[in-house]
Amino acid sequence: MAFLILDRLTFAMGDWGLCASLQVRRGECAALIGASGAGKSTLLSLIAGFETPDSGAILVDNQDIGSLAPAQRPVTMMFQEHNLFAHLSLYDNIALGCHPGLNLTPADHGTINQALEATQLGDISRRRPAEVSGGERQRAALARCLCQKRPLLLLDEPFANLDPRLRQQMHALVDKLRQTHGLTVIVVSHLPHETARIADRMVFMHEGQITEQGSASITLANPQSQELRDYLQFTPSG
Amino acid sequence: MDKSLAVRIVTLSRMRAYRVISLWPGTLAVAFLSTLIGGSLVGIMARFGTGDLTAIVTDAYLHSVIGFTLWQATLSTLISVGLALPIARAYARQSHFVGRRALITLMGLPMVMPVIVAVLGIVAVYGHNGVITQLMRTAGFTWSFGIYGLGGILLAHVFFNLPLAVRLLLPAWEQVPGESWRLASTLGMSSTQLFRFIEWPALSAFLPGTLVIVFLLCFTSFAVVLTLGGGPGATTVEVAIYQALRFDFDPGRATLLALIQLALCATIALTMSRWLRSQPLTQGLQEGLRNRPDRKAPLNRAVDVLLITVSALFIGLPIAAVVVAGLEGPLLRVILDSALWSATARSLGIALIATLIASILALGLAMTARRLVLVQRRPGATDLVLLAGSVSLAIPPMVIGTGIFLWALMTGTTEVFTLLLIALINALMVLPYALRSIAPVLIDSGRRHHKLCEQLGLQGWQRFRRIDWPAIRKPTAFAVALGSALSFGDMGVAALFDTSGAITLPVMLYHRMSAYRFDEAAVTALVLVVMSLILFWALDRIVGRWLS
Repeated sequence: MAFLILDRLTFAMGDWGLCASLQVRRGECAALIGASGAGKSTLLSLIAGFETPDSGAILVDNQDIGSLAPAQRPVTMMFQEHNLFAHLSLYDNIALGCHPGLNLTPADHGTINQALEATQLGDISRRRPAEVSGGERQRAALARCLCQKRPLLLLDEPFANLDPRLRQQMHALVDKLRQTHGLTVIVVSHLPHETARIADRMVFMHEGQITEQGSASITLANPQSQELRDYLQFTPSG
Repeated sequence: MDKSLAVRIVTLSRMRAYRVISLWPGTLAVAFLSTLIGGSLVGIMARFGTGDLTAIVTDAYLHSVIGFTLWQATLSTLISVGLALPIARAYARQSHFVGRRALITLMGLPMVMPVIVAVLGIVAVYGHNGVITQLMRTAGFTWSFGIYGLGGILLAHVFFNLPLAVRLLLPAWEQVPGESWRLASTLGMSSTQLFRFIEWPALSAFLPGTLVIVFLLCFTSFAVVLTLGGGPGATTVEVAIYQALRFDFDPGRATLLALIQLALCATIALTMSRWLRSQPLTQGLQEGLRNRPDRKAPLNRAVDVLLITVSALFIGLPIAAVVVAGLEGPLLRVILDSALWSATARSLGIALIATLIASILALGLAMTARRLVLVQRRPGATDLVLLAGSVSLAIPPMVIGTGIFLWALMTGTTEVFTLLLIALINALMVLPYALRSIAPVLIDSGRRHHKLCEQLGLQGWQRFRRIDWPAIRKPTAFAVALGSALSFGDMGVAALFDTSGAITLPVMLYHRMSAYRFDEAAVTALVLVVMSLILFWALDRIVGRWLS
């Protein structure tokens, strides 16, 4: 049974349009790949509620979430940048995931400490974002996602600006958290071979449509469409 | 009907209603502005009625007033910006020297200095018995500068607008990437070539806005022309409105003049509005340009030092003259006079209420502008909302004041209500400064964090307290401080309402100058300037450090 169902979702912006249907199983990690402008980030924005589809439905665990505000959806999202507020400490940034007014209960502090432990940020949690490395900033954002306790995690190229070694570590961390917290993950990436290490499935988008999908290793090894072959030709081979 | 379709229709109509309701802060601000300005214009039109428009075509006095207003504003703008260009270039080229920061701060002083005080300082330095004339007499020259009339008006306008233009133009150099200077070094570009290929293209984005702002300020200048204007030959439209109401008590003429001023300002502001939008208000303290190839050439350095020294003296001398004259005056007698402190309290009350209203309006407009641009993706509507905040550039406070004054004449008013009316009109004067400081930062903060806030459920007061306020705290503090100082020292509308005896501090200073009580005026000016600076400093610190 699918955990996330995108049912004939359409969205238009000027001349450009998106039309997509997709099903993701509970606990699965799906990687969205495709050239810039293919509609990957827009698809995540529709799921997260930042954009409103023109038609179609978004079901999570059989519940239509299309009319819910972003904060009410069972979804959390990490962006490529600006995941943290510069004037707040890492701890406060993470705590926002528990309560947007930072009115924290003892139980919230416990949740935050668990998230800090899971992301190995305990020692530096009182520092501000500018005082830590790029990798530590993204780990803090991930810790906040854990505090939000939402079952669906959307990653919009959050590790694109990290070096390859850090990126690999972050992918491993996401994979570990997915398994320990039972998360369902959709990750947008321009590095399909790297992402294949954690992704169960590859979903290829081209000009606003999902044109090919399947097991990560098989899809990358045997692309069916010319568009995917062309795309893979210009991506680094992990 | 299909149940899911019905649910979707209800959801969509709720979303549409929410899109409209969520714009309430800006809608309320625009409604407030419309009521105040609309009410004032209705007051003017009601008085004008079926007035004789042919007077505009045939009245020689009106022609001369309109002609002089345009002429002095054009000359003032060309001289101010023309001189500001090489001075700003000198500051940009000499980006690292001891005292640069202090000198640029000095450039900001005329912005917060009450106009009437600066006029007193200018007269003390450049007047018939001023420091310069005395020095020239000592050197054997008999020539003296005619301070009253066009010359004095131009001098005072340059005093105020040259430093403003320098501060508005300086960011142009800060925007040139370091690579451009390094490339110019490798190409061996001369100073002239640097100007042609690097500086002029950068400046061309800033110059039109600077010219428009300076022109509008000179066009609507009141206190300078009132005090230094030399009779009918040197009167602007705003001063003519004041004279018609206060000296001739001719509301009909005042109404006609107010309509002319409204038409002229609205035409100028609307035709030039595209240059007004992008003009930043900067403190110009960023130091860069280390790789500029011509900064160490001896001739360039000598020219820069000369320009910086002369401009600093030009601005510093009148300020110093105010301080010296004030300290030499009957300090104790004036300070112990309770009327001085009553006037100070009135000015302070007006300044604080005006700034509070302006800040609330600016915040409402900026929040709605942010929502329009980021959520509803309507950049055209955003521009309109931001333009509404600059309405006092098209409809000057003196025109609005005239309308409200005419209402007050008909209905009668108390002292407290009069002060409140002055504060309301001053709020419109301060609003463009507040909006220009707050809106870009608020919109930028939204661009970075809007999605994250939506996802975390950070909304309303919580979002403002946790996210928006830390971002806009410093620009708000600067805007509040600047607005309060401007309002505290403003004489325009307060002079118009100078009938109930409840005078403000700048009006008291003007009375003392008009009565040739220059020793008392000097002390009053010192109190006014010191209070303005304290107000600016205190609010900048208090609001700037007001943590969530």
